Amino acid sequence: MSGGARLENANPVIFQRSGERLLTASEEDEDVHDPIDDREIFDLIRSINDPEHPLSLEELNVVEQIRVKVDDAGNTVGVEFTPTIPHCSMATLIGLSIKVKLLRSLPDRFKIDVHITPGTHASEEAVNKQLADKERVAAALENSSLLEVVNQCLSTRTI
Amino acid sequence: MAADSTLLLSLVEEFVSGLQDSKAKDAAKVKDGQFTVLQLVEALLSLTSSQAPTRARGVQLLSEVLKECYGELTEREEVLIAFYENRLKDHYVITPPVLQGLRALTRCTTLPPGSAVSMLRSLFQDVHSLMLAERACVYSMLINLMETREAELKGLGADFVFGFVQSMDGERDPRNLLLAFQIAKNIIHRGYDLKFTEELFEVTSCYFPIDFTPPPNDPHGITKEELIQELRGVLTGTPKFAEFLLPLIIEKLDSDVPSAKLDSLQTLYEHKDLAEFLEGLWASLRREVFQTSSENVESAGLAALTALTSCLSRSVLSSDSEDSLSSFLDLILKDCKHHLCEPDLKLVWPSAKLLQATCCASNRASHIVTAAVMPSLIDQYNSRTQQCSQRRTLLEVVQQFIQSVKSSQSSDSESVLSAFREALCSIMFSALSESDSSLQITATSALTSLAQLTLLLDSDIELAIDHLTRLLLIEEDGRVAAVVECAGALAELHPAAFIAKLIPRLKMRQRCLSALAAVSKQSSVVQDSTPVLLEVLSSAHKSVSFSVDEVVLACHSLQRIAEQVEDEEETGRCFHDVIIPRLLSLALQAALQGPLVEEAVLSAMVPVISTSCSRLQPRMAAQTASRAVSLFLDGDVSFLPDNSFPSHIQLLKQGDSWSQSQMVCLLMGCVCSLPRSQVEVPQIDQLLSALEEMSCTCSHQLSYTSAAKCFAGLVNKRPPDSLDSLIQRTMKRVCSELDSTSSSVRIQAFTLMIWVAKALLLRYHPLFKTLTDKLFSLLDDTDLGLMAADSFSLLMSDFTDVLNRSCHADVRIMYRQRFFSENSAKLVQGFNAATQKKSNYLKALSNIVNKLPKQVQVTELPALLSLLLEALTCPDQGVQLSTLSCLEPVLINPPPALIQQLEALVNRLLALLCSPAMLQNVRIVSLRCIHALSSFPVLPFRARVLRALAKPLDDKKRLVRSEAVQARGEFLLGSPGGR
Repeated sequence: MSGGARLENANPVIFQRSGERLLTASEEDEDVHDPIDDREIFDLIRSINDPEHPLSLEELNVVEQIRVKVDDAGNTVGVEFTPTIPHCSMATLIGLSIKVKLLRSLPDRFKIDVHITPGTHASEEAVNKQLADKERVAAALENSSLLEVVNQCLSTRTI
Repeated sequence: MAADSTLLLSLVEEFVSGLQDSKAKDAAKVKDGQFTVLQLVEALLSLTSSQAPTRARGVQLLSEVLKECYGELTEREEVLIAFYENRLKDHYVITPPVLQGLRALTRCTTLPPGSAVSMLRSLFQDVHSLMLAERACVYSMLINLMETREAELKGLGADFVFGFVQSMDGERDPRNLLLAFQIAKNIIHRGYDLKFTEELFEVTSCYFPIDFTPPPNDPHGITKEELIQELRGVLTGTPKFAEFLLPLIIEKLDSDVPSAKLDSLQTLYEHKDLAEFLEGLWASLRREVFQTSSENVESAGLAALTALTSCLSRSVLSSDSEDSLSSFLDLILKDCKHHLCEPDLKLVWPSAKLLQATCCASNRASHIVTAAVMPSLIDQYNSRTQQCSQRRTLLEVVQQFIQSVKSSQSSDSESVLSAFREALCSIMFSALSESDSSLQITATSALTSLAQLTLLLDSDIELAIDHLTRLLLIEEDGRVAAVVECAGALAELHPAAFIAKLIPRLKMRQRCLSALAAVSKQSSVVQDSTPVLLEVLSSAHKSVSFSVDEVVLACHSLQRIAEQVEDEEETGRCFHDVIIPRLLSLALQAALQGPLVEEAVLSAMVPVISTSCSRLQPRMAAQTASRAVSLFLDGDVSFLPDNSFPSHIQLLKQGDSWSQSQMVCLLMGCVCSLPRSQVEVPQIDQLLSALEEMSCTCSHQLSYTSAAKCFAGLVNKRPPDSLDSLIQRTMKRVCSELDSTSSSVRIQAFTLMIWVAKALLLRYHPLFKTLTDKLFSLLDDTDLGLMAADSFSLLMSDFTDVLNRSCHADVRIMYRQRFFSENSAKLVQGFNAATQKKSNYLKALSNIVNKLPKQVQVTELPALLSLLLEALTCPDQGVQLSTLSCLEPVLINPPPALIQQLEALVNRLLALLCSPAMLQNVRIVSLRCIHALSSFPVLPFRARVLRALAKPLDDKKRLVRSEAVQARGEFLLGSPGGR
């Protein structure tokens, strides 16, 4: 995770952040049940920090709302993420951060699937397999230095 | 020859021992070629004398000879140099002549290579503290050597500069300083090794700013200006000094000595000097903006760039120097302009910001920059027809350029952008006709800026109005606000065009009403726009089915007009003559037969009347007041338009018809917002007793509340002399109603009492205490207890319709704090003493605390903490909510008392957020409190909190979930190994 002195993608293209979700009247109504929707999941992960750049995953277009699928009734969440370059060595870490963030933020009834957008990474299958393996994810989080890096990605940025 | 040598010997002897100086003759002979230097040295037996003064004398002779004839030296110089270098180590009295000799030798052109180096080495090594004249000697040696032996000195490397710095350190004589500055300048300009930049800067800059007054009759004729010029030459000589110089200058600029400031400014602003730093400065500024890490740094960098440019723009050009402003701008344009044209527009924002920062600085700068940039921006906008987002970016950039030109422009000069007017207008109008709403929004704000630059022609304005009207009439909420705002700004500048074109075309639609309000800022527009709004009201009155919303909106628009008008007298007359009578008349008609009796409509009319009355001229205000009073007291309807009313109406004495009695709220609007002590309300005593009667007897809530408010509004403004008896009389009546538990008008009496209390609290009236005592006693009351607790919030709040500063009420500052500090102890006491109605005390307390300013809350809360924790368990959700919102800011910086109660607090918060019966807001605020706790030493509770937070993650309300996610995330980040 050291990243080395040189960044792999030193000059990434930056995308605009979407604004805060607009408050609707039904959200303020006590009696209405708000389902968990794509945008809500996207809001959870869009502000995750990139491990290399002082930018969020949304600004790097690593995560997009159209690549988030949620089925509230069926208790499943699927997120596809797109590494900025096909050889990005941070792909696993990014995937892990997304997964951890969702594990921490969603009720435990959900089955969470995080994987790379098909065809955007050289070792797509290996990364997907790692991310899908519950025990490997649990083991990774036992590793305190790895956990620290993940927490850094998840902490709210203070400027 | 022998005779010669004897002669020489005797001459030398004579010089060395005798006091008479025949050396001149002697020297002349050496010069004439009678003796050689070698012969002289041979004759100088005294050089080996054991007596130091004698040796000194000998050396002096030799030195003086050398001084005369350094030009003819042809041989054996190295011997002389070695001799002199050796003598430097001798007794100190010999040093002065030695230095003179060395100085003479440095003028000699035929010195062997390496001699300068060795000379300086021994000089720097052996010579330390010297007298004034000797120091001068050293300096001139250095100057001589720099002229003739530059290469050799450079070979010494940093040692040379270091040696110079040491020998210059502590110099105080102005003559020597001139020489030293000369050397420093040479060092800087001729490319010597500047390893000791900082030392060199220190040793010279300590004289900055020069403070020197030449003594009278100064034979040397050194002036302060000479020194300043020389020193400035040193300090501004190299960009390497910039990092030290700029802070120094800033420090001196902050000093109080005017001459120091002036000198600093001249040093900085002498544009030729600054010009040399520009490249470096620009490079660092550009870096800060292009690779910005924080917004603060970026904005500071942009501000510095603006300051720099404006300073360059002010600098006076001399005929021989280049225009530093234009060369600086060239530099910037070279680096930035191409970013504006690149296809992906990646660095367009930082570049545009930099360029705009220079634009803001001065008219000239904005001329140069816009001339260079605008054409390409306009071209690109027109050519990129396919990419909407890029066009939007370009348009935003253009808009900000216009904005920055606006800030730099002086009012009278012709605008920088006039050359681009046509192209810009065509862009704006094409953007306005696009379908993309963000393009339209940007275009409207650009159009506003253009109009404020007075760039638009009448035909442009007309076109703009066409576009704006069209946009206003299309349903889309997102951009209406922007369009309305633009229309407002344009109308301010071009009222005539708006009267002619916009107003007739806006039909009776809701958004148009707010547009009408936005454009009505001048009385000429108001005269045409208000009739439209009044027409909405009267047509609503006549039709059977009407939308309350529309009527309310029309009233809001009228109120907005009343608030924003600039020429108060003209518009005031319009309100006074037309609008207020018309509103009263409409309300009265409605009360007698029509459909407009809804409370919402009346409540919307009140602020129109009170806002306009509060801004009336005293004469008109007095007239309005007397008309209103005679209408309500005597039924005088003569001033109302459409007068077909019966003549016997008695609005304040209607026992049963609430539709008429509720009109008292309009009376409140008329008489309670008049300027205090300038306008006398007529028949005040009758009016007050009628109001008191009504508020104590009427059964309709809006009526008795409005009567109480009107009474309170008048009481607040009454002069003190007549007030006491009035209050005592009213209180007597109120108390007798309150004390009889069977009375049917207890609520009415209570309402009157609380409003009077509010009026007295605001003006710090002493009788207020009697009223609070009564109020406290009511907290235990079975029926009124809850109402009394709620009324504390009324006492602490501001109201828009009455008893506020814009109504000219007598409001003392910090009345809330005063109320809190006088009564909080009583509440705590009452809570402890109470048996059944404890929750009323808690509610009253949370009502008070909630309305206090945050700073006061934070300091006062520790004392009340246990009570507030108690309040969290109170079943009333309103109490919980207000208590939680008081606690939240305190938790960010918790007092020690709170840490001790942490366990109790956590337990209560967790209980609150886990119960689904709670209001959404209670759950949200308790989650925020939990979030704030994450920075505490909460290890013992962590696991429990995390478990409890899992439940709100699946809350049915999205807002609750998002708070839960944040709180839980914060707690998990604090886990072992994390962060």
